[in-house]
Parts: sequence; C-alpha cells; structure tokens
Amino acid sequence: MEHRDDIGAKLGMWVFIFTEILLFGGLFLVYAIMRSSYSVEFHQAAHHLNAFIGSINTVVLLLSSATVAMSITAVQKGNNKLAVILLFITLLCAAVFMVNKYFEWGHKIHIGLYPGSDLMLTLSHGQVMFFSLYYFMTGLHMFHLVVGGIILTIVMVKVHRGTINPGRYVLLENGGLYWHLVDLIWIFLFPLLYLIT
Amino acid sequence: MHTETVHITPYRTHAWVLITLLALTFVTITVTWIDLSALTVAIALLIASVKAYIVLTYFMHLKFESSLFRVFVIMVLAIYVLVILFTLSDYLFR
Repeated sequence: MEHRDDIGAKLGMWVFIFTEILLFGGLFLVYAIMRSSYSVEFHQAAHHLNAFIGSINTVVLLLSSATVAMSITAVQKGNNKLAVILLFITLLCAAVFMVNKYFEWGHKIHIGLYPGSDLMLTLSHGQVMFFSLYYFMTGLHMFHLVVGGIILTIVMVKVHRGTINPGRYVLLENGGLYWHLVDLIWIFLFPLLYLIT
Repeated sequence: MHTETVHITPYRTHAWVLITLLALTFVTITVTWIDLSALTVAIALLIASVKAYIVLTYFMHLKFESSLFRVFVIMVLAIYVLVILFTLSDYLFR
C-alpha cells in the first residue's frame, strides 16, 4: 500500500503561495506609498505604458488559467488527451504573453526608458520611481510566469505519459495553483500600472 | 480504508468563471475612460478584489477544499491588511 497525502501536498503548496503573496504584497505596499507621495508623476509616467498590450495580456492570462482549471476536470474524468491539449493551450498563452512583453519592454528600452538610462536621469524622482516599480514588478511577475511554464510543461509530459491520472493528480493541482497565483498577481498589477492615466 | 469524495468541477463552471472574469476586465478598462478622479483607483481595486475572490474560490478550488484552507487564506490576508494599516498610519500621520 502506497502512502501519500494529497491534502498535505496541497497545504504545502498553499504555504508557498502565502510567501509569494507577502512578497508581492510588500511591493504593492511600496507602490501605494510612492503613489500617494507622487500621484501627479505616476499619472504622467503611466501614459508611457501601452494599455492595449496590457489588456490583451490580461485576457490571455485569464484564458490560460481557465484552461489549466479545465485540464484538472479532464484528468479527473480520465480524459488525459484533452488535458494535454488544454495544458498546451495554457503554454501557448504563456508564450503569447511573453512575446507581448518582449515588444512592450523592447519599445521602452528602444526609446531609452529603462533604469539607469540617460533619459531616466532627466525625469523627476516620482517618474523614476514609477518606472523602477514597473520594471521590477512586471519583471518579477514574468519570472514567475516562466517558472510556471516550466512546471506546467513537466506536468503536461506526465499527463501524456499517464503518470498523472484520475487516481493521482495532485501535481497537476499544485502546478495549477501556481499558475493561478501568476494570474492573481496580474489581476492587481494590470489596473494599478496600466490604467491609472 | 476510507474513500474521499472528489469534487469534479464541470467544464461549464470554468467557462462561466472565465466569461465573468473577462466581463469584469472589460468593466475595469471602460471605467478608466470615464474620469472619476480619486474614485477610479477605488473602483479598479474593488473590481480586482472581486476577480481575485472568484479566482481563489473557483479556479483555485477553495470552495471545495476543507475549511482549513480557507481559514489559512483569511489569516494571511488579515496579516497583510494589518501590515498595510500599520505602514500607512505611519506615513499618513507622522
């Protein structure tokens, strides 16, 4: 008889998610205080952000979260083939998100808006603060997206091989939880960074 | 040996959750076109919180886990709110 504890495994994943919430929570707190100190500068700086790309990425991430959630349903019903397709759609969404980010950051770096640039030195302290937070928070979020993508790739292979199956799928659930966390953070990042003009 | 009953969320539920989240995103974006000054941030944060609640409840399956999970999540959020309150009270009233 094999010993395992799925609830324990999920609880462990949640404890990790709590540390992530507090990590990003600290950054959101810095954002709140800087924004209250430099509200005018934050408004001006936010005009440089592309709300259209931000909106597209929000839709893409929400879709990717839904497909992960559906892949759990598929595995529970014994339909591993559909689960693999759904997870593949999720990874595709992650790729679209990254490509959008590449163009978004690329454009900003091209016009000289990046930490430590000559242009940045001419800006007011509040605007520099905004761009620093923008790069750090979206950058850290993107890092989580890449890690989540790697985890879900491993999960997808395991679903394909059948090591994740209707009798044992806690790894898929935990991978899904991580992916939803990435989504959760973006839900707050998007309005606070892109929609404050 | 006990067998646990597994809750299987139907595809349809996930689809409706997705539609709701997309609709709320649309509302957030359109609200910013109307200038409500200070209210805009409040509304944006309120909608984001509703979206986060939906993601936690359905996608992250908290609704169907043991109540221990919900208690933990509420405690962590309470700690975070306390940190915010203490920090802001320091900044705003010093």
